[in-house]
Amino acid sequence: MKRFLAMLLMAAAAFSANAATEPTLVDPVAQKRLVDLSAQLRCLVCQNQSIAESNAELAVDLRNQINEQIKAGKSDREIVDFMTTRYGDFVLYRPPFKATTVLLWVGPLALLLIATFALFRTLKSRRARVEDHPLTDAERAEAQRLLDSVQNKNAS
Amino acid sequence: MRRILIYLLPLATFLVVAVFLLRGLWLNPREVPSPFIDKPAPLFTLEQLAQPDAKFSTTDMKGQVWLLNVWASWCVACRQEHPLLVELSKQKAVPIIGLNYKDKPDAAKGWLAQWGNPYDLSAKDPDGRIGIEYGVYGVPETFLIDKAGVIRFKQIGPITEEVWKQKLLPMIEDLRRSGTAAS
Repeated sequence: MKRFLAMLLMAAAAFSANAATEPTLVDPVAQKRLVDLSAQLRCLVCQNQSIAESNAELAVDLRNQINEQIKAGKSDREIVDFMTTRYGDFVLYRPPFKATTVLLWVGPLALLLIATFALFRTLKSRRARVEDHPLTDAERAEAQRLLDSVQNKNAS
Repeated sequence: MRRILIYLLPLATFLVVAVFLLRGLWLNPREVPSPFIDKPAPLFTLEQLAQPDAKFSTTDMKGQVWLLNVWASWCVACRQEHPLLVELSKQKAVPIIGLNYKDKPDAAKGWLAQWGNPYDLSAKDPDGRIGIEYGVYGVPETFLIDKAGVIRFKQIGPITEEVWKQKLLPMIEDLRRSGTAAS
């Protein structure tokens, strides 16, 4: 319990330390836009974190930048364009659909279609093979004889 | 024959995937392709580090092939490339303009006094605003800018002897020549 309290205190301290440099927006709609936008953008210093999550200095600067642009009345699109002209498409966690990314977007779907097609073809040819060779009367009699002999053995 | 081909298919798929993954091992995720290559360098006018009342503007460099080196006194990797920059400035190989990124002027001046000053001049970017304009995310970064003010190459991380000899120097010589031919 003591440990938990200590952790809680540390977390609170971390948050308040953050608050000093963080952009704060009074308007809840603008605040939500800031959070949404910065969550879509990759922090280039620590590449597996978004700008919203990262505490790297660059991420703080970029959050400030987004904040300012929201205040200046820029649209989400304009702000994202601002980031991509400077940092490239790599800042976007959701890469745009264009000639160089066709394989990325269409590839998995194409693979799925090809695999499904192959699966159906295989199943169909297998069924055909099974149905094409019904047992002849002689084979059926032979099978019956074998089954009978087993039964007789068991009985005796 | 057809049978064999079908059984080889998984192996072939595996090999293709393996080749891509193997190639991935040699890629550096830190080296994000810059969208600035062959685009005009963003213009700026900033105070100089040495004399705050003097300004530096990117337009001052028009007609020259030059390097814009983003540095800071707190940047460890900058120390690594520093001796090479000092050497280049001694040889007068190329004008080097420093962009002193998110630094305190006193710390920056002290750093230059201690390790030598390879820069023709340094411009102050205390809040990193110009850094953002140039898409800077990891100091040191160096931009090679041609006579028309177009960015031709970007080095992320320290310039090494190898980068200088194999990339920067040949490009600089090329740009100098092509510039005179055109103008």
